[in-house]
Amino acid sequence: MASPETIHALATKEYPYGFSSDIAEETAPRGLSEEIVRLISRKKGEPDWMTEWRLKAYRHWLTMEEPRWANVRYGPINYQDIIYYAAPKPKGSGPKSLDEVDPEVLKMFDKLGIPLHEREKLAGVAVDAVVDSVSVATTFKKKLSEMGIVFCSFSEAVREHGDLVRRYLGTVVPANDNFFAALNSAVFSDGSFCYVPKGVRCPMELSTYFRINAADTGQFERTLIITEEGASVSYLEGCTAPKRDKNQLHAAVVELIALDDAQIKYSTVQNWYPGDKEGRGGIYNFVTKRGACRGRNSRISWTQVETGSAITWKYPSCILQGENSVGEFYSVAVVNNRQQADTGTKMIHIGKNTKSTIISKGISAGRGQNTYRGLVRIQRGAEGARNYSQCDSLLIGETCGAHTFPYLDVQNPSGQVEHEASTSKIGEDQLFYLRQRGLSPEDAVNLIVNGFCKRVFKELPMEFAVEAQKLLAVSLEGSVG
Amino acid sequence: MAAPVETRDLYLEEYRRRAPDLPGAGLPWLRRTREDAIERLASRGFPTTREEAWRFTDSGPASRAPFAPPPPRSGAASAAGAGPAHPGAHLTFLDGRPAPDLSALPAAPGASVATLREALDRSPAPLEPVLGRLVPAAEHPFAALNTSLFEDGALVHVQKGVVLADPVHLVFLSWRAAEPFRTLPRIVLLLEEGAAATVVVSYTGPAGGAMLTSAVTEVALGEGASLRLVKVQRESVEGFHLDATAARVARGAAFSSHVVTLGAALSRTDLTVALAGAGAECGLSGLYELRGRQHADHHTTIVHEAPQGTSRELYKGVLDGRSRAVFDGRILVRPEAQKTNALQTNKNLLLSPEALVNTKPELQIFANDVKVKHGATIGQLDRDVLFYLRSRGIPEEEARRLLIHAFASEVVDAIPVPWVRETTAAALFTTIGERPDGGRP
Repeated sequence: MASPETIHALATKEYPYGFSSDIAEETAPRGLSEEIVRLISRKKGEPDWMTEWRLKAYRHWLTMEEPRWANVRYGPINYQDIIYYAAPKPKGSGPKSLDEVDPEVLKMFDKLGIPLHEREKLAGVAVDAVVDSVSVATTFKKKLSEMGIVFCSFSEAVREHGDLVRRYLGTVVPANDNFFAALNSAVFSDGSFCYVPKGVRCPMELSTYFRINAADTGQFERTLIITEEGASVSYLEGCTAPKRDKNQLHAAVVELIALDDAQIKYSTVQNWYPGDKEGRGGIYNFVTKRGACRGRNSRISWTQVETGSAITWKYPSCILQGENSVGEFYSVAVVNNRQQADTGTKMIHIGKNTKSTIISKGISAGRGQNTYRGLVRIQRGAEGARNYSQCDSLLIGETCGAHTFPYLDVQNPSGQVEHEASTSKIGEDQLFYLRQRGLSPEDAVNLIVNGFCKRVFKELPMEFAVEAQKLLAVSLEGSVG
Repeated sequence: MAAPVETRDLYLEEYRRRAPDLPGAGLPWLRRTREDAIERLASRGFPTTREEAWRFTDSGPASRAPFAPPPPRSGAASAAGAGPAHPGAHLTFLDGRPAPDLSALPAAPGASVATLREALDRSPAPLEPVLGRLVPAAEHPFAALNTSLFEDGALVHVQKGVVLADPVHLVFLSWRAAEPFRTLPRIVLLLEEGAAATVVVSYTGPAGGAMLTSAVTEVALGEGASLRLVKVQRESVEGFHLDATAARVARGAAFSSHVVTLGAALSRTDLTVALAGAGAECGLSGLYELRGRQHADHHTTIVHEAPQGTSRELYKGVLDGRSRAVFDGRILVRPEAQKTNALQTNKNLLLSPEALVNTKPELQIFANDVKVKHGATIGQLDRDVLFYLRSRGIPEEEARRLLIHAFASEVVDAIPVPWVRETTAAALFTTIGERPDGGRP
């Protein structure tokens, strides 16, 4: 198809966000112990209950075994060789406004194309920027707080909205939920907290940008989003990391809670460093994301574009408790070179007339291995529940793999569950048609791939949709031929 | 540590005691295969629900205590349940032992139907590459149990280019007994190059008695051979039925399997098909109809090992009462198997609020130039359609039965042997759709 030169040119194109910034960092010693957990808690000036919560999680973690059931392969992780806390060194008593943020940090975000300056109001997105273990800046805070919306770093929330955090933290993903969630609960460093009060529709997209900068660190962020009755919010997260030869661990926990008539839309563009062509380095992205539709008519929608990370292991899920609640999962997962992804969703139907939709598009190229793993469970009381799942895989190249493991458990005869999946390669006839219309092989593939992903992309907020399409093109470069 | 004596240890003990008397004891290769299997079983033990492949099926009742070999039968048993008279070879086993008075083996040139014991005594050579080679005892503890202790079964051997016109019928009849007992039927089906045959295997027995049937069937198809294998399981609804079937399909050969599961309290069927040669094809269809507290688990694995293979799979289930069905269908496409075309479908109809379905259609694909699709649905009878039929004057029960039959007919109609098709349809009429106020039987 493509000429060898173009393939070569594309294949040698590198991960564009792989630079590392020279920011003065303050780090904790390597390894994990109760001392480290206490140190993290102390650094963040947390109240005692928080420290205790962490310690409980840590003690439980010690009793757990690392899960091995995922369809991914990697060497053992030495949990004592990770730095669990790294923060850009504060100048003086910490930034009071953006002007006081370390210019190196601002420069880094500029380079990433993330507008931290409030002057870029046109972007219309409130951003919480997290570097390594701490949140460095949150924009538009004032405007949001006028409406009663709390959007701040998790550390700040613990300090200033302790009662809210305490009421909801760990209620969707308990500290002992799984190995990585327990680890996160013990050592989580920062993340975003968002609370939308009753009846408020958040007027702008909220966004968190995660950046791993320091070497040998793990990033363990924690996000908690609560929408009260009738409230709604759309939340975006993006992530990048510098190129390093060693694997870095990212074990985040995200909890979403939607009460009566509330809506949460959570979009992710995950572009952690995927490792080089031989599979050296890259992020291990082991993430627990779960949303609880607690109220009637509530809705939680997950949209994810997973293009980065050496290994992805995540299943954004919905617990559909409230009557008529709706769960959605839209996913595009791309693996190239030696990337591995085991991702999907769980839809647990508990309440009556609950509905869920799963659209998953997996693209495998190079030597990548892509797995969809999902669970749809209709519990006994979930009268009239409905699920539709569609999982399609596209294979590019002869050495990649695509796997599908959907579990469907139905305990109520009024439930309607449908699952469909297909796996195929890009049609020669489609390629031929586009090429004879003058498109280059790369453009032709991009066009077809974007068409394949359209149902997911159209769920993304506009800014993200554009970024996601570009990202896809970058991720697949060099795989045509 | 004084561990309680486990079932597997008791089977191991039995093996040690009886090994010299088991059929084929004089054949070193079979001795080794049996030794291997019993060691696997002893070291691995019976499955628990902590294992992924047995997650939804608790085989505990079938493995908590060892089942003894069948008791001796005095006098001729009745021929009930042996199926209607029909042409073709007919080999019946009563409680795992051949019943010559219930069998008829007309001579067919180029083909032989014999008990496995006879075959091992007279000419074991053709069995060596197949018996114990196709079903991996390491992965299936009940298959290991069968391999180590089986005493008899059947061999159907069709020679090169021979086409058997009439279906061969193998019947395994387990009669009720005072004490629970086990049977370990072992079947080998060998079709040489270009041969063709239809084989019906019936596992049947009257209600009563918690017996264990642990069967293993191994199928080897030569190049261009064609086999249609129909399995009908109508055992006692108190019994346990475990069946591991494996087929190896050579270049250009075609294997079609039709599984009907109506009986047993707990049944588990593992069907593995390896499309080993280019252009090989298989079609798997299954129907399970469950009531009461029946539990049926169907695991199928299709391995596309060579290019241009085609596989079609359709399993349908109808569940009533508090029954539970598990379907786990796996399609594995190896890197060499380019131009594979595979389609898998599982559809379930839930008739009762307490029935439960766990379905898991799996795809594992390592080749890129393939077309693979799977789909699964779980639902109930369409209310609109029911309403329509009732508005046309069809009573509700009748309408329900009609719809259930329509649902099942796609699988029933595909059964290639007319009398099996008819008896299956009749069995469905007396079972599904039957309500306290139900109409005609």
